[in-house]
Amino acid sequence: MDYAPLASIFCAAFAVAFGSIGPALAEGRAVAAAMDAIARQPEAANTISRTLFVGLAMIETTAIYCLVIALLLLFANPLLA
Amino acid sequence: MNSPLDSVTLFQLGPVPITQAVLTTWAIMTVLVLGSVLLTRRLELSPGKRQAALELIVDTMDTQIRETTGAEPAPYRGFIGTLFLFILVANWTSLVPGLEPPTAQLETDAALAVLVFLSVVWFGVRGNGVGGYLKSFAAPNPVMIPLNMLESVTRVFSMFVRLFGNVMSGVFVIGIVASLAGLLVPIPLMALDLLTGLVQAYIFAVLAMVFISATVEDGQPETTEDAPATSLQKKDP
Repeated sequence: MDYAPLASIFCAAFAVAFGSIGPALAEGRAVAAAMDAIARQPEAANTISRTLFVGLAMIETTAIYCLVIALLLLFANPLLA
Repeated sequence: MNSPLDSVTLFQLGPVPITQAVLTTWAIMTVLVLGSVLLTRRLELSPGKRQAALELIVDTMDTQIRETTGAEPAPYRGFIGTLFLFILVANWTSLVPGLEPPTAQLETDAALAVLVFLSVVWFGVRGNGVGGYLKSFAAPNPVMIPLNMLESVTRVFSMFVRLFGNVMSGVFVIGIVASLAGLLVPIPLMALDLLTGLVQAYIFAVLAMVFISATVEDGQPETTEDAPATSLQKKDP
């Protein structure tokens, strides 16, 4: 039996599942810190939320990388070619 | 299910395969160019409603550029504004039934990222000359030269993967949900997709602006310390 397809499907699922834990925690912390800052300084809300969006996108990139790896495993796997 | 990584060729133009994404890109370009030409044909000193709305858009972009980087927006307005508008319209083409956003394909995003890379070089050289641009690699000190050279490629690559991943995953998830459950179920996801599209367009433009202005500032000859820094560095707590 050929284990390569099975292994790549499992690895794709694991990559997305575990790869999204870190970014999720990090985004939670970032948003919490931003909320804190806005509560302290409501007049700086514009600047804070703009920086927050850029920062969130940066953090989210790590999860997106995991997704891309998973898709590579599923759809463009060099081992299964 | 179709792989989101390869693209469907519609027809061949000589040796060049033309995909769905390329056609959509051409349509967007036509709409944007014709729209801009038509809308700005008769500009007056005291603006009417149409011109006031356009000025509002341009002014918002200027404010964003000025606030994120502290640079004067005039030289960058054209490039950054076009980048933002194009990506925004491209991300929202999923509103038209049967069309996929061209930014959900690797090629379009790679092309945009290459544009950003070239524009960093272009603005860096134009701002401070070739010497100034090369000097920007040695900031903050010469030990960082290899890292800075590596970074100039990897940051653009990460922009490319970020835009591709976000837009493609939106399209992909909607495709999966639509194939599983019927008519109205994907609508909240599509609404979320619109928000993601807007945020990603904004982020792409802001990051391009930050990279450009960081290069321009790093290449400048020695100045006082209170030169405007980029917002990401300056406003961190």
